[in-house]
Amino acid sequence: MSSTFDKVADIIAETCDIPRDTITPESHAIDDLGIDSLDFLDIAFAIDKAFGIKMPLEKWTQEVNDGKATTEQYFVLKNLSDRIDELVAAKGAPAPDAA
Amino acid sequence: MQLEYFQLIDRVVDLNIGDKTITVEAQVPKENTIFEGHFPGYPLLPGVLLIESMAQASGWLLIALMNFERMPFLAMVKEAKMRSFVTPGELLTVEASVLHEGSGFAVTEAKVSVDGRPRCNATLTFRHIPFPHPDLRVHMDATAKRIGVPQQVVPHE
Repeated sequence: MSSTFDKVADIIAETCDIPRDTITPESHAIDDLGIDSLDFLDIAFAIDKAFGIKMPLEKWTQEVNDGKATTEQYFVLKNLSDRIDELVAAKGAPAPDAA
Repeated sequence: MQLEYFQLIDRVVDLNIGDKTITVEAQVPKENTIFEGHFPGYPLLPGVLLIESMAQASGWLLIALMNFERMPFLAMVKEAKMRSFVTPGELLTVEASVLHEGSGFAVTEAKVSVDGRPRCNATLTFRHIPFPHPDLRVHMDATAKRIGVPQQVVPHE
């Protein structure tokens, strides 16, 4: 399993006091782990810092509210880990006009 | 401090947009009904009001950084430490700095001191949203002017 997932799971376990062994890649942060929006702010803060990114929570929330995305796309942990990997890759990639 | 209106900040001393820091002053009133109950014969400014003063200082910093387009609301208080009493008539210096700017939220560190000596500190998290009502924006503009938020950081429509 990706190290990104492990890092995210560790952050969730520590931030929300959830037993680490109950957190799996298939866990839905909200539906399965019961994480509320306030706790997710703490998690987002820790993830942003750990990965050096800024998770676009407002954009994701808007997409879910508009029916353009499902919560599973962002809040099932294996998918969240993929989104984080994408953000990290985008941050490290050269600017489009820099090539 | 205008405790009746929950406006704790009297004056912005310094606002540094580049460094993302703010320093403000807050004059604790010599007399207030709060002190009649907290506590009889031993008046102290309640710790929750010290936290609020740090929240308001942080809030002004965040509003300025967001170009007066969004309003921060206190969401979380961590590591709040009341290090020493604050008594009527003292002049508080409240300093805040941005620890993290997330998407729709921000985290600040703030502290209150008197004559350079720390009285309390905390880490504060805010959610921020576009101003939910035009009256609130008008109110914040007027308050910004009253407490001396540098007018060059206040957008004028």
